[in-house]
Amino acid sequence: MSTLAVDRDEAPLIRLAGLRVSFGGPADAVCDVSFALQPGRALAIVGESGSGKSVTARTLVGLTGGRARVGVDRYEYRGRDVSALHDREWRRLRGKEIGFVTQDALVSLDQLRPVGKEVGEGPRLHGEAGSRAQLRARVVSLLRDVGVPEPELKARQLPHELSGGQRQRALIAAALALDPALLIADEPTTALDVTIQAQVLELLEATRERGKALIIISHDLAVVSRMADDVLVMRYGEVVERGPADAVFGDPQHAYTRKLLDAVPSAHSRGARLSPSSAPRLATASSDDRTHVAERVGGFDGPLLRATGLFKSFRGPDRVSRTVVQDVSFELGVGETLGIVGESGSGKSTTARLVLALERPDAGTVELAGKPWSQLAERERRSRRQDVSVIYQDPLSSFDPRWPIERIVRDSVDKSHIGDGRARVGELLDLVGLERSLRHRRPLELSGGQRQRVAIARAIAVDPAVLVCDEPVSALDVSIQAQVLDLLADLRDELGVSLLFISHDLGVVHHLSDRVLVMKDGIVVEQGLADDVFLRPQHPYTQHLVAAVPRLEVEAPRVAA
Amino acid sequence: MARRLGGAVFVLWATATFTFVVQLFMPGDRATMIINTQAGNLQSPSAEQLAALNARYGFDDSYLAQYVRYIGDLAQGDLGISYNQHQPVTEIIAAQIGPTIVLTLSALVLAWLISLVVTVLATGRDNAWSRAATGFQIVTAALPPYWIGTIFLVVLSVQLGIFPVEGSNTLVGTILPAFTLAIPLSGFLGQITQDEFARVLDQPFVTSSRTRGIGDLGVRLKHVLRHAVLPAVTLSGWALGALFSGAVLIEVVFSRQGIGGVLVQATNGRDIPLVTGVMLASAAMYIVANLLVDIAYRFIDPRLKSA
Amino acid sequence: MSTIAIDAPGAAGAARIGALLRSLPVGVRIAGAIVALYLLAAVLPGLLQPHDPFATDLDAALQGPSVAHPFGTDQSGRDVLSRVIEGTRQSLAIGVGATALSFVFALALGIAAGLGGKLVDGAINRFLEVLFAFPILFVALLFVAVFGQSVTTQIIAVAIGTAPGYARIIRGQFLTVKGSAYVEAARAVGHSYGKIVRQHVFPNAMRPLVVMFTLGVGQAIVWASGLAFLGLGVAPPSPEWGALLDAGRAYVTSAWWLELTPGLAIVVFALSVTIVGRHVQERLEGKVKVQPL
Repeated sequence: MSTLAVDRDEAPLIRLAGLRVSFGGPADAVCDVSFALQPGRALAIVGESGSGKSVTARTLVGLTGGRARVGVDRYEYRGRDVSALHDREWRRLRGKEIGFVTQDALVSLDQLRPVGKEVGEGPRLHGEAGSRAQLRARVVSLLRDVGVPEPELKARQLPHELSGGQRQRALIAAALALDPALLIADEPTTALDVTIQAQVLELLEATRERGKALIIISHDLAVVSRMADDVLVMRYGEVVERGPADAVFGDPQHAYTRKLLDAVPSAHSRGARLSPSSAPRLATASSDDRTHVAERVGGFDGPLLRATGLFKSFRGPDRVSRTVVQDVSFELGVGETLGIVGESGSGKSTTARLVLALERPDAGTVELAGKPWSQLAERERRSRRQDVSVIYQDPLSSFDPRWPIERIVRDSVDKSHIGDGRARVGELLDLVGLERSLRHRRPLELSGGQRQRVAIARAIAVDPAVLVCDEPVSALDVSIQAQVLDLLADLRDELGVSLLFISHDLGVVHHLSDRVLVMKDGIVVEQGLADDVFLRPQHPYTQHLVAAVPRLEVEAPRVAA
Repeated sequence: MARRLGGAVFVLWATATFTFVVQLFMPGDRATMIINTQAGNLQSPSAEQLAALNARYGFDDSYLAQYVRYIGDLAQGDLGISYNQHQPVTEIIAAQIGPTIVLTLSALVLAWLISLVVTVLATGRDNAWSRAATGFQIVTAALPPYWIGTIFLVVLSVQLGIFPVEGSNTLVGTILPAFTLAIPLSGFLGQITQDEFARVLDQPFVTSSRTRGIGDLGVRLKHVLRHAVLPAVTLSGWALGALFSGAVLIEVVFSRQGIGGVLVQATNGRDIPLVTGVMLASAAMYIVANLLVDIAYRFIDPRLKSA
Repeated sequence: MSTIAIDAPGAAGAARIGALLRSLPVGVRIAGAIVALYLLAAVLPGLLQPHDPFATDLDAALQGPSVAHPFGTDQSGRDVLSRVIEGTRQSLAIGVGATALSFVFALALGIAAGLGGKLVDGAINRFLEVLFAFPILFVALLFVAVFGQSVTTQIIAVAIGTAPGYARIIRGQFLTVKGSAYVEAARAVGHSYGKIVRQHVFPNAMRPLVVMFTLGVGQAIVWASGLAFLGLGVAPPSPEWGALLDAGRAYVTSAWWLELTPGLAIVVFALSVTIVGRHVQERLEGKVKVQPL
């Protein structure tokens, strides 16, 4: 992977042994983490939420947090014991010796101060700013080095005037301002569009090639597999597997690592299950009185959903009208899955709202089973709304906070007039793999994956012909994502429901969709069969997008479903 | 900004119209009431007396004519004639409002100072000071200003004799009333600022700054404070109105010269032009204060300038 | 967040209430006990009074606080503590009455704005903006000036003064709930507007109002006492707290307890109600935003 010849015997820059962190809970947040890292090498710490990977990273610079209890057997930086430094001593190391790129790139710069001030903060704090003009020149050259265009202008601007990618670059520039020997990057590409993500990864790679040691924290195995020399896989605060990246990704030893690798959706996983077979599977739909979608559509053999020439524009707070959806047309057949991919601001979510008739198109129509849909008056549409239902990225906000699970699902059940209300709720919970005992819980008391299952139960309770899924797995950990994607695939196959599946994640869309629509700036740039679009993209934008997707460098042998 | 100015003019016009309508539709005949308040007792005035008064105040004109005259007079700073004091309301207010403005503004500054110091030093530290500060703010926010004033008066002036008992408009005479007025407001602004401060303290950009080696006090002053004051700054226009309410009470507690005494007297004497005049003056100041707050906000949050 | 026992009567309910009580912070428990004490004083003042609140004893006039008279005696030698207890019922009644009336105005405006569509909302919002230009006490004073001085005008004056603040909060509640994702989800299921308003908007928007009302009673008593302090409330012979304040003002320099003890009664009540109310609110809603009135 790395072209750099590394002397394995070279003294490590940083050596950590037996790190334990506790926040006073029953279990330690971090338990016995050890590693050593030499200059010019990259270590990746991967894991899902709650694995302790970010806590570990923050502890490396003495910023674990107020109530944390930290214990360590040995922590050396450049051979010096730093396990018991005071905050004042830590401050001399932070920024100067160890650069840190924090999580949430988009909000990690002070919104009220010019970008240049943030980039120049390190030098100023460490007394290396020199004159005002010298500092300004240094900031501009730092920004130029990380590839921010027009660095003089951008240094004077506020963070919100920069694009997401530029903000992340500026943040990296700020971390590199004092030329530290070690750079720690905590989820450096999360929340960035895929094309920007690829550029940021290149920037980090270039930093390492200049001889810096790099620690990357990520939940995304594909991102990590591209960069890392060594990998630590963490779960519940413990390191479950460690070793050279090739070995960990090529021949994982621990079951959890294998599960994580299997859970990554991609072209290769099409038609296969992502979650281990022990995960709850779809129970067979048992109600006899539900009519099959195809039957209900009866006689009509055209596409189930047809969108023709949709336009939609919104007026911003500055009263300027922006066209968000432009001339979007597509069809969705019975039992088919149509994926819509695009980066942020591409108009994919607005398209979903038009299909749901929550917004009225400025021009164009949506037809459902050959009959008008978007043009109907709300009053006429209401009785047919059960034909199209929806699940959102954030299920929690879509539940009435007062209601327990049972009532949330029951509300939809009653609307559908299928089966006996109470019994049907139980069936639906079984169907989506939720224990019936959870029915009296409130949404706040459930995990993210459970909430999304409730949302799915509510959505299919009305026996829809079309299920619109708007980024349904974006907020979920990869193993939970795998379960939800499996559930959606099962529902589609068993119930014959058609899916309109919206996501920014090409792998997810490719995994699930029969056909896909690629959107950019409100326009459909390319559409076709999933394999055609993703494996043989025609439009330059699609090509660019596909090329930018980080892939697992080593394909793990996949377990058949 | 032009829109904000337009909005300010609208609110000013609407408040004036509101006070006009109140005067017009208050129960009882206005001329009779003026005679009653002047005489100090109830009587049945003669038709001539009434006619003379109606002619003098123009009560016989159509409502529209009266309204046009009222707004026209207002535009020239004329708020009408006081029923009791027979002087132009504008003059009465102008003579008394100075000390009140000094009092409210010093209270506003003091309240901000107290709440900022407490917030910066105590927020987000897991210790007794932090909890004490929160408790202090909840308690002070609930204290009625007249009660604090009375305690101060009894303890510091009557018992210890540190401050003058009778109100005066000297610097020393202003200290106690200003503190009295500032304490509940500081509790209120402090609660809002402290909530926001705690929230901002957990923001990624704060952690980010710490990773560059900034100290705790540094990050609080340079990064967090500026974000944390924004919600309370927005409320400063409102706070000034609240201070006016408090000032009326405080001026009575400390027998201090100012608009409070005028207002209470006018209310007791049902001197409607004077009461509405004071209200309009305070509304005008509220509006000006809000415009200033807008400007201050833009200064603190430069995002609005570039947007 | 654990579910809070309100709907389970009987022995199980009592056990749950016991568990709930034990889960409360000490400060909240004390505040709750104080509020309960005030309620008792309002219902059965005789239980708590050490003396007859109306019995005069000129030999014992204007005595400072002592064991026999914890709050001292007034110019007629009446026990001030007993008088403060006697005044609880009327003072609380004024507070509850003013808040209730204020909520009637505020609900009418807030709901109309929240549900009435853009035009109505714009108009009401403008109207509220205009009212906000007047300080609360000034509005109350104007009302007293126009209608003369009485308990009724005192109540209405406080109600009118505080109503715009509540109206704005209620309007905000309705708009937030109306724009929430769960209302949209209910639309997508095919529920009618009326059903959504009944089923989601009203219950969720109104839920915080119970606590808001409780907090409001404390505030209303403070405002009403302010009016009384200025001599514009209940007339002095009555032991109502504001009236006691008004009567005590003449003696501030000589007999401070006459002014400070009724004030203390008001402050302790307002504070206890605030502590209890905020705690309940935090349990129900999560973190509470402090809002101006």
